[in-house]
Parts: sequence; C-alpha cells; structure tokens
Amino acid sequence: MAIEFKTPEVIEKQLRNVQIVAEHAMRPDSRRLDDNEHERPWRYINMMLPQMQEMERANIAAAKARAARKKAAAEAVKSNGHHGGVAVLEGPPPAEEAAGDARESIANMTLVHMIEMLSWGDAGIYLCIPGGALGGAAIQAVGTPEQIERFLTRYTEGPPKWGAMAMTEPQAGSDTGNIQTTATFDPATNEWVLNGQKIFCTNGKLALEESDGMVVVWATVDKKAGRAGMKPFVVEAGTPGVIIAKVEHKLGIRASDTATIIFDNARIPADNILGDPEVQTGPGNKGFKGAMKTFDSTRPIVAASAIGIGRAAFEFTRDTLAKEGVKMEYGKPRWKLSTVQADLLEMEAQLRAAWLLTLKATALLDAREENKLESSMAKAKAGRAVTMITQKAVELLGPLGYSTEFLVEKWMRDAKINDIYEGTGQINTLIVAREILGYTRNELK
Amino acid sequence: MYSFDMTSEQKMLVDTVRRYAEKNLRAVYREAEESKHVPEKVVQTGWELGLLPGFIDARYGGYGEYSALTSALYLEEMAWGDLGITLHLLTPNLFAIPIAQFGSDKQKEQFLAMFCGDSFPRATAALVEPVVQFDPAELQTTAVKEGDNFVINGKKTYVPLADKADWFLVYAQENGTTQAFIVPGDAPGVKVGKRVKLMGIQALEMHEVEFENVVVPKANRLGGLKGIRIQKLLTLSRITLAALAVGVARAAYEYALAYAKERVAFGEPIAHRQSIAFMLANMRIEIEATRLMVWEAAYKFDAGEDAAKSALLAKQYADKMVLEVTDGAVQVLGGHGYIREHPVELWLRNGRGFVTMDGAVVA
Repeated sequence: MAIEFKTPEVIEKQLRNVQIVAEHAMRPDSRRLDDNEHERPWRYINMMLPQMQEMERANIAAAKARAARKKAAAEAVKSNGHHGGVAVLEGPPPAEEAAGDARESIANMTLVHMIEMLSWGDAGIYLCIPGGALGGAAIQAVGTPEQIERFLTRYTEGPPKWGAMAMTEPQAGSDTGNIQTTATFDPATNEWVLNGQKIFCTNGKLALEESDGMVVVWATVDKKAGRAGMKPFVVEAGTPGVIIAKVEHKLGIRASDTATIIFDNARIPADNILGDPEVQTGPGNKGFKGAMKTFDSTRPIVAASAIGIGRAAFEFTRDTLAKEGVKMEYGKPRWKLSTVQADLLEMEAQLRAAWLLTLKATALLDAREENKLESSMAKAKAGRAVTMITQKAVELLGPLGYSTEFLVEKWMRDAKINDIYEGTGQINTLIVAREILGYTRNELK
Repeated sequence: MYSFDMTSEQKMLVDTVRRYAEKNLRAVYREAEESKHVPEKVVQTGWELGLLPGFIDARYGGYGEYSALTSALYLEEMAWGDLGITLHLLTPNLFAIPIAQFGSDKQKEQFLAMFCGDSFPRATAALVEPVVQFDPAELQTTAVKEGDNFVINGKKTYVPLADKADWFLVYAQENGTTQAFIVPGDAPGVKVGKRVKLMGIQALEMHEVEFENVVVPKANRLGGLKGIRIQKLLTLSRITLAALAVGVARAAYEYALAYAKERVAFGEPIAHRQSIAFMLANMRIEIEATRLMVWEAAYKFDAGEDAAKSALLAKQYADKMVLEVTDGAVQVLGGHGYIREHPVELWLRNGRGFVTMDGAVVA
C-alpha cells in the first residue's frame, strides 16, 4: 500500500451521471420544494428508482452471502463441538462472489462520493431517495438471510418504497440509552407488542404511509436492563396501531419528511426482531453496541452530505463573485488579498479539510477496520465547517445572498442539519475526546 | 484510490527519524533555545541519517529520488522533536533541493555531490527581505545582466547559517520574475550582517546578508537559460512548512493531553471536564485534517499534477491550525504553560513563525 489521493475512474464515471441527475432533476426543483414543504420530488424519485433497485439487489445478494457464510461458520463450530473463544476463519468466499467483494471493497467510498454530489444538487431532495435507507442498512448488517429476503426484496421491484430508522424520542435525543418505547413479547400470539412514541424519524411517513416500506424501531424489552435491553424491530407499513402523528416543519431540508410515529399496541411477528432477543449484559451486549456501531458507517455519509452542500455554496459564491470581478487568487501573499478573497480561500480550505477526513474514515470502513474515532472526527468537522461556509456564502453575496433570489440562503438552512443529526457536533466531539483520552463514558460525561 | 497507508520503506524511515528526534532533539531543545546554539553533535548525528542524499540521484552521488510526500512524512517527526534544530539541519536543503529541482545538468553535476558526503554541507539560501510587505514573487533584490555576468544588489534577512556558508542561493528579481543565483560565500560584496533575533526558533542561527554589486557568471543562474518558476518552489516550500507545522502542533497536543490526564483540580484530572477534553478533541481533529491536506498536496506534487492550490490551502490551513493548537496547549497547562520549565510556551512561539516563513524553507 501507498498513500494515494486519486478518485478511481469507476467512481468518476458514476459521478458524472449523478451530476446530471443533480443538475436536471434536483436544482430546477430546489426552490419550489423548499417553498412547498413536504411536496414529493417525483422527478428525482423516478429518475433514481431503477438504479436504486439495481443497487439494492446487489446489496441484498452480498448481505445474504455474508450472513450465510457467518451462519455456516457458526454451525461448523457447533458441530465440531468447539466452545466459545475459538476463533473460526470464515474461509474464502466462493468464486462467484469475488466480483461482488471487489465492488464491496469500494462500496462506501463510492457511496460517499455519490451522496456528496447528490447533496450538491439538493440535500432535502437527496434524502427522498427510494430504498431501505438507514433501516435497510441495519437489516443488511445484522439480519438473517431470511429477514434480508423478507424485508428488503420490496426495494428491488415495483413502485418506489422507503425505509427508515426510528431511535429518537421526545425525552431521548443524544442520550439514546434513555429510550422508553417498549417491546413486550406475547407468547399467546407469538408476537411483539410495541408501545411508545418516536420523533424526528427521517422518511417515516414515506416509509409507513406513502409506500409499502418499513421502519427499524428501537425499543426496550427490559427497562431494568438499560442499554442491554434495547433491541431493533422491523415494523412494516400497514401494521395496525402504528400512527404517523405529525410531520415536522423545519429550518431546512424541507423536501424530506421528519415524522412522529406513535406505537399503540402495535403487534409484529416474533421474528421481526433483529439480532438476539436475549438480554445480555457485558461484552455480549451486541444489540445497543450494534446500533452505535452503525453510526461509524453512517457518520461519514452525513459528513459527505454536509460537504456537498458546502461545495455548492462555495462554488456558487466563487463563480458569482468572479462575474463581478472578484477573482480567487491562489499565489499571493496574504496582505495582497482582499478580505473577500481571504474568506473564499478559508472556505475552500475548510471544505477540503472536512472532505479528506471523511475520505479517510470511509477508506477505513471499506477496509473493515475500526473507524470510530475517524468517523466522529469527520462528522464533527464537516458539520462545523459547512455551517461556517454556508453562513459565509450568504454574507459574501450581500443583499442577494440573504434573498431567496439565490439558493445560498436555503443551503445555509439545509447545511445546519448536518451539525445536528447522526450525533450533534458536541456528541461527536465527546466521542473523539473519549477515544483520544482513553476514557469511558463515566470518566468523561 | 484514496489510501492512507505509508509504504513499508516510508514507515521505516519515519520510525528512524522519530527515534532520532526523541533521543536527540528532545534531549537538547531547551538548552539549544536558551543558548541560541545547536550542538555540533546533534548536527552530525542528524546529518548521518542520510536524509538529503536519499533525495539525490545516484548519478550525483546520492541514493534515491525526491519525494515531497516522504519528505513531509519525516519532517513532521523532526519538527515534533524541535523546530529550531530541524531548520538548522534542513539548511543545506535550501540550496540542494532547488538545484535538484531546477538546476541544469551541469549545475547538478557541480553541486549535488557536496550534499552526499560525510560532513554537514555549508550551503544556504537567501530569500526573505527585511520589509513588511514581503512578496517572494516581487523581490526588491535585483539581478542585472551585464555582459557574461549578473550583478546582484539587495538586502536579505532570515538567512540561516549565513556566517559559515560556502555557498548561497540568492533569490533576486530579474526582468520582473524571481530567479535564483548561485553565489560563493567569499564573493566580493557579500556582507554577512548582524544575527537575526526572532520570537522563536532561537537555536537556529540566522543573519542579515547584504549583496552589494556582487558579480557572478551567467552560468550561475539556476536552471541556466530556462531559469526557475518561483511558484513551483513556493509550492514545495508550502508543503514543507505545513508538514513541519503539523509536527509542532502534534508535539503540543500530545504534551497537553498527557498533562490534562495527570493534573488534578477539584478532585479529578482536568481532562474529565468537557472544557478541556473538547479543546484536545478539536486539536486532534485539526491536526489530522491538516496532515491529510499536506499529504494530498505532496502526493500531487510527486505525481506531477498541479499541486499549487492544494499546497497553498494546506499551508494556509496549517498556519492557523498550529497557532490554535499550540496556544490551546499553553491554555490547557494554565499558569504552568506560561513557565519555561514546560515546552508549550516555546512551541507557541515557534508556531507563530510559520505564517512568516512562506517560501523560506524547502526540504
């Protein structure tokens, strides 16, 4: 291996297509969809549908193969009479999967590039991308082959469908360990019964009311067990007792729906639980840790989305000012630059800093290496940088920057969410701090 | 692809330099700073690492080729050890690297062998001028062609190891562009003036140098008829300085982190408080981001791509970052950070220098 900074040609090629989508199916609708909150971006959805279904097919095949390999390995251990603590190599994947594995080895790198470009188009519209989204990712990560088939096949065919993840509750935002939604097992009917309320669920309405989708809901099976009692459950559209109570009106990303979901004795089949139903404490507690682990892969994605918006704002500001005769200067000493030129340089440098952190976190993810520190660094940095960049863009463009004439004011409103969701800037800074200091959550609160 | 792993050769080299920095630079940095002198022994052991010959072609006596990336990787380690001593050690590079990058075959043949020997070469460069509005692209020092010679006039400052230099590479304006000229230390009209006293990097001996009607043959123009492109040199300099800045910042961050875990206030280590822990977290984030920007610029330079913009952004980012981090480290140590028993005050003074030295160091 050697240090390298080069976008692979295969990603470049896909980016060119995504840019066409961004320019033709996103930007022309940006203002209208911001004005008419919750109107659906159908032009974009229909354009993305075929390739999203294709992608889901590939994802499902890969996830099933992985899950099957894991299962076979586990059974081999059992039948050989080995007990815990014996490391088992999964063995090389069958030949027909090799091509899939090669694609997988840059899967996240491809994804962050796509999302950066889509968010450059429009971050609110981007979120309405059909597919399993965060819910689908959770099922792919921990679902059995049967669950993957049952829950995710829908995303490979027919009309567009959405997925979502429901974690946040009115009293539990950053402190995810404090969720109160309960899941009680009813042996009489072999069902889980869900009760509680989830808020801020991105695409919750699209997933449960406007399509035949599903939501992965986090609930506790044992309140006394704390985090160990938290488990993810798949709730499908059409489940009685599931009510979309509210869709939020937001500062930005208005094309995206942010739903409140109430579970009132909502009954779901026993095998809709993801992972082990047993409550385990200590190192065996993979449930909650599993949820936290998914953040390591989703945080670079949010960072990429932030950076896409930031790039849109930077490029537009730079180009608009250039037309006015204020050009970027890359070689001059600082005292020869105007403050506006210095601001532009600072914006560009901040953008690059955040992007490179994101790429490093993503490269580790693709290499299946630990990236908790790196993904939180990228997310914290990107959220903060893009907040600054977009606010600066509004400032630099004067009366027109603040006006709805341009999109920069919208981009500033859109950008801010990236400093909040998937862990606020403060939570991610806290994670970085704990990691570098080697502190537990009790040592550094 | 995007890859962030060093080659095994680079890892070995970085490891060697880190050990050298820890054992040698960290052992004497305070004494060197206070006495304003770099001990001979440290210079000799530093030279014996053979870093510069590793960047010089075998045909001129070296054993490698230049890589801005490899350079950036070990410069971080050296600056982590001590910036002042590092700049002393890098002084021959200020002459050798431009010769290797821009020199004619004849110039390379004549001069590069001097950098592949056993003893520390006595060569330096003069770029910075004693004016507030300094711009490497618009120098006040002039070189005027007269017959077969150039006549150089002007005042320079920040010239490292000038009083011992056998050779100077002098940057001057010639017909509106910045060019470089090879000047023997004993040429008539070369006057080494007073030692420059700076806020930081005091171990490094630097002098003002005046060039008064210094005549050199036209063959001494670097790059011959082609000359040099100052922007390319500035690009390299920016990569060099930004890499050094990352090293200084990392030293300060690591020291502050260790201190914050040990220092007890209100009954527990101060690192248990978010106000301290978050400062450290942000330092780590900014150091890592800057390092990646440096690597990217260096990678592009080595790949023959236009690295000017990446290098500029990296340097500009590094200038701010190193100040923020070293200042943060002083702050984490509180009153103790202000006392010269701890190194953080020195790192803050050193960190402040990067923005000033644009163009002055290439390695």
